[in-house]
Amino acid sequence: MHLRYTSEQNAFRAEVRAWLQAKAPRSPLASYDTREGFEQHRQWEACLAQGGWSSVTWPKALGGRGSDLVEWLIFEEEYARADCPLRINQNGILLLGPTLMEFGTSAQKERFLPRMARCDDMWAQGWSEPNAGSDMANISSRALLNAAGDHYVLNGQKTWSTRAVFANWLFGLFRSDPNSSRHHGLSYLLVPLDAPGITIRPIRALNGKEAFAEVFFDNVQVPIENRLGSEGQGWSVAMATAGFERALLLRSPARYQRTADKLIALYQSHQATLAHDPSIRDAVMRAWMAAQAYTLASYHTVGRLQGGAKIGAESSTNKIFWSELDLLLHETAMRILGARAELCDDPLVHDWLEGFLFAQAGPIYAGSNEIQRNIIAERLLGLPKN
Amino acid sequence: MDFTFSKDELLFRDAVSRFLMTEAAPEMLREIWETDSGRSPEMRSKIAAQGLTALSVPEANGGMGMGDVAWALMNQELGYFAIPDSLADTAYLAAGLIGALPQGHALRGSWLPRIADGTCRIALGHPINPLVADADLADLLLLAHPTPQGLELHAVARDAVTVTQHRSIDASRRLGAVQWTPGPATLVAAGASGQALWDASQERGALCVAGQLIGLAQRMLNVSVDYAAQRTQFGKPIGSFQAVKHHLADVVTKIEFAKPVLYRAVYALEHGESGLAVLVSHAKLVCGEAALLAARKGIQVHGAMGYTWEVDLQMFMKRAWALDCAWGDRAYHQARLCSALLDSPTRPVAFAQTV
Repeated sequence: MHLRYTSEQNAFRAEVRAWLQAKAPRSPLASYDTREGFEQHRQWEACLAQGGWSSVTWPKALGGRGSDLVEWLIFEEEYARADCPLRINQNGILLLGPTLMEFGTSAQKERFLPRMARCDDMWAQGWSEPNAGSDMANISSRALLNAAGDHYVLNGQKTWSTRAVFANWLFGLFRSDPNSSRHHGLSYLLVPLDAPGITIRPIRALNGKEAFAEVFFDNVQVPIENRLGSEGQGWSVAMATAGFERALLLRSPARYQRTADKLIALYQSHQATLAHDPSIRDAVMRAWMAAQAYTLASYHTVGRLQGGAKIGAESSTNKIFWSELDLLLHETAMRILGARAELCDDPLVHDWLEGFLFAQAGPIYAGSNEIQRNIIAERLLGLPKN
Repeated sequence: MDFTFSKDELLFRDAVSRFLMTEAAPEMLREIWETDSGRSPEMRSKIAAQGLTALSVPEANGGMGMGDVAWALMNQELGYFAIPDSLADTAYLAAGLIGALPQGHALRGSWLPRIADGTCRIALGHPINPLVADADLADLLLLAHPTPQGLELHAVARDAVTVTQHRSIDASRRLGAVQWTPGPATLVAAGASGQALWDASQERGALCVAGQLIGLAQRMLNVSVDYAAQRTQFGKPIGSFQAVKHHLADVVTKIEFAKPVLYRAVYALEHGESGLAVLVSHAKLVCGEAALLAARKGIQVHGAMGYTWEVDLQMFMKRAWALDCAWGDRAYHQARLCSALLDSPTRPVAFAQTV
């Protein structure tokens, strides 16, 4: 155990810091759940990509830095320190990208990865369906091969599809064997959202904005070249890269650490009026403790991953922890803000309130925390399935 | 940058674990609980024969010179097996305190080799603990005497003190109130140097207990998982029910996010970092909470059996309840962490010093 950054790592940090200082947006962008804000975020991330910073863990040949996970942690710390915008291209860069690298044909990689890296294409996810939420293997949207065998014909419905209102591509699982059930007979398809037969119906989220959508497929033709991995093997393609590393990359600790520091500053600026409620002090301390623990756990896990450890179901503890941490941070901020906390037009309140609303979703999306607890009990503790 | 244990450290931990699994089975703990001394000379000599009393003693004094980071693993094993002996007080804390004395100090030569070969027991009386563990059984007591210039360190022979025994709910603990008279003959260090020695001991004591609490949490989780897998109701193992699963899953999460906090703190202790107090209080709090949650969920999963003397869970629960308050109780560590975080304009370092 040695906890000093190498001179290369310090130089990397300095390079990130200098670049972000020069290029980071000077004023906050509009919400990415609006058309205008989505485009602003897309342009910012295209700018990041031009600087080679959009995905530091990607190989150099594909526009990344070939960074290891410690450099990734450093990048994220600097990104949060500079208060740069939340990322909207993560569906592509962190979820689909690595899956393409592992399972894609060379033609698919050439076709999709550079455009993804440059933010020319923005990707939405197509997993959940009205009857396949926590029970994801219950997918019923169909993709049947046509008689010529060169196209799938898609029919059905996806839902809770984040970014689908403004994105131009969707990746997801479809049932390609009509006689199959559960996780058999599914195929992983890449679908252009402007294809004829697709209807996108926005869903307004808690913040009133069109944060996700229902996507309807009515005889949508998708060429067979858009299938990732083998016919009927979609489930294992989706799962193979759904491991810990990606779960970690999606929720870097720096963001929570930064929010915890801001929470302490918020508390300190309200300290005089809060003196009558010592329990708020305790809540602020608790929130910092959890953010700090998440940071330390991430460094520990990164060390283990770099040492060759394979980490599977442990990622479920991570999901539970960061989602509850995010709630704790923002609930505490709401308590500090008190009667002002409901005011959407108060500049001091705005970010906290947006974060508070978004934090409500954390324990639900990406596998509800109840599902995560089942996974921990069954796969880590070996308890029997019911 | 590598926040993990070395292969050697992990192998050593595994070896200790295998040793204690045979030598400290629950039925043996029960027997020792019932004795007056609460100690087994036989177990103590087996532990010494394994070299476990020599871990912290510098190599020059016949030990292995092991540091605080490696002890974080060792303490978890001591906790997991609920060793009914304040082994760590002598082999880790007293060895650390005496080992921090200047080279050539008489106490080093007279006590470090005896710690290493396992032939002595040393008790520590820091004012943060109202009573002294194993005071009655100790060969030597290291005691603190408060002065306006700081805590003095005194080394006092057993026959120079009067000990009044108290009973703990954890029947493996032997706690005593110590009456003694400080004098020039017992004084080891005064003023700032005495205070610094005691401060380091206090942080080490808190982390020693924190490691044991994590080990206890893991043990209570494991016995509860075993019970939930065996016990059937409604024709199924109760561990197949979600309500039971979720209790135990919460314990896993609590443990997994407490361990790295402990590891960061022991590293800071070993390397003499300035932000130590914040890291130690954080570690002590979360490790204690993991153990308390494991106890609470453990007894719930065991049902009425968990409320009995017969089931082993009770030994681990009681030890956890006792240790959670040792070397600084919850109020102490919360107050210390809270004021460092909230009453200062500077934030503690997030992970490690950056450029």
